[in-house]
Amino acid sequence: MSGLQDSVWAGDIQQLKGLVSERALSGETIVLNMGPQHPSTHGVLRLMLELDGEVVVNCVPDIGYLHTGIEKNMEAKRYEQAITMTDRMDYLNPLGNNLVYCLAIEKIIDLDVPPRAQYLRVLLAELTRINSHLVWLGTHALDIGAMSMFLYCFREREKLLDIFEMVSGQRMMSTYFRPGGLWRDVPEEFEPAVRDFISYFPARIDDYERLLTDNPLWLDRTQGIGFLSAQDAIALGCTGPTLRGSGVNWDIRKAIPYSSYEHFEFDVPLGQHGDVYDRYLIRVEEMRQSLRIVQQAMDNLPGGPVRSNDRKYVPPPRSELGTSMEAVIHHFKLWTEGFRPPEGEVYVRVESPRGELGCYLISDGSPKPWRVHFRTPSLIHLSALPHMAKGYLIADLVGIIGTVDIVLGDADR
Amino acid sequence: MGVTSKLGDLGIVTVRLEDTVNWARTRAMWPMLFGLACCAIEMMSTQASVYDLSRFGMELMRPSPRQSDLMIVAGRVTRKMAPVLRQLYDQMPDPKWVISMGDCASCGGVFNNYAIVQGVDEIVPVDVYIAGCPPRPEQLIHGIITLHERVKQERITDWA
Ligand code: SF4
Repeated sequence: MSGLQDSVWAGDIQQLKGLVSERALSGETIVLNMGPQHPSTHGVLRLMLELDGEVVVNCVPDIGYLHTGIEKNMEAKRYEQAITMTDRMDYLNPLGNNLVYCLAIEKIIDLDVPPRAQYLRVLLAELTRINSHLVWLGTHALDIGAMSMFLYCFREREKLLDIFEMVSGQRMMSTYFRPGGLWRDVPEEFEPAVRDFISYFPARIDDYERLLTDNPLWLDRTQGIGFLSAQDAIALGCTGPTLRGSGVNWDIRKAIPYSSYEHFEFDVPLGQHGDVYDRYLIRVEEMRQSLRIVQQAMDNLPGGPVRSNDRKYVPPPRSELGTSMEAVIHHFKLWTEGFRPPEGEVYVRVESPRGELGCYLISDGSPKPWRVHFRTPSLIHLSALPHMAKGYLIADLVGIIGTVDIVLGDADR
Repeated sequence: MGVTSKLGDLGIVTVRLEDTVNWARTRAMWPMLFGLACCAIEMMSTQASVYDLSRFGMELMRPSPRQSDLMIVAGRVTRKMAPVLRQLYDQMPDPKWVISMGDCASCGGVFNNYAIVQGVDEIVPVDVYIAGCPPRPEQLIHGIITLHERVKQERITDWA
């Protein structure tokens, strides 16, 4: 296979007409490829850059290098089987993906979720948010040149992964949320581990802030670049910290509460300038707020079951199988055939660490979803990237890619 | 390693050439910074503080294929990415090794569909496969040690 020859682009510049400016066609500006293998594209993002000297005139993202066909694959799986696929979409937020998919199923069949399960969902979703922000902070700082942040962030992240492993048996792809509740109750060691993290983590966030927030180098590299105005952010469909960095107060956890978020007290940090630095401050503050939610959830964790009692949709506990014939029949039916939700379509959304994560689900009454579509924040933010990058230096582009917190698995699916 | 030193104060150590070369190769095997999907996050964890890949002389991830000896294919390879991956492999200087990290890279994993290459060994020769979705950092380290053991077995006659 002669990979080298095959991948040399043999076309001519006229083919790029419409994508790049007229100046590029006459050779006044140059067109440069960045990615898909590049240390700061966070995976396999590819950008076509049009440069005037060092200034970015235009930047065109090229996606699809991680297109996995997850949505199509889910149509071939039964509802409960397909949860495993959602983990692998936005791989920094696996539990959030589980959550939105389970909420969609629960909405379509109107399934109840016991309060304990709801609280645990909130708790774990917030830990996942911290986890995702830690990876973001580590890699963002690494891109800009602060190597040690990466090491600190990943040290803390291991503690969270231990908690996820404790509850689900897997560090990342936990598939812990199921329609009607959770896979099983949390183990005994869960509470001490979470409490330990709650007391350990705030001092660490202060450490990060001491390293970065007032660091002149960090300020130079992040302040006043990647500007996005509130109007533009709304027009481009931005959500999450990218939108809030521009000062728009929109958080789905507050605006349209789901999974009992209305019971929790937390603040939504907002930015003023809409630059890379503001979005950094917001995410760091969000980690503190998430920790507050975790604390409240842990303190007020209700007892009781973690799975709904609706046997048509939720398998019976193992202990019932020896004593109840009915339980055996339900168990058998659920594992051989799956459940059949009523026909219909729903859209639900949650606040993922990156923004609005939506799930659009159509059921035709069979045990497999007819269509599942995810509205993923990374894809939408990728279309906002050119607006943020135009006019800045190519060196700033690295910080701008980091600030939109792109996860290519989320964008391409 | 079969190091023998002559008695006396001649200051000479004699070793076998292939042992020394193999030893040098395993002690500073630079991996390429090449993350594809979820497995890449675990690859990053392996590098970071807790698992600390620098114990094996591998903390330096090279973003450029021309400076790297080892390609860790961490994640699912799509049909769109496959030619890029092959080109990167071709750009690496000899001797070079490939570790296929995770189920997706090894055999397509849970994604048996139109988009994913069913095993990266369809496009590049793989030395070590690591199972898991994603493999734990310990598993990755085990894979790396397995590769090192393999490199130590290489003989001068095979270098060609
Ligand atoms: S093996 Fe699993 S974790 Fe690794 S890339 Fe594939 S889906 Fe992701």
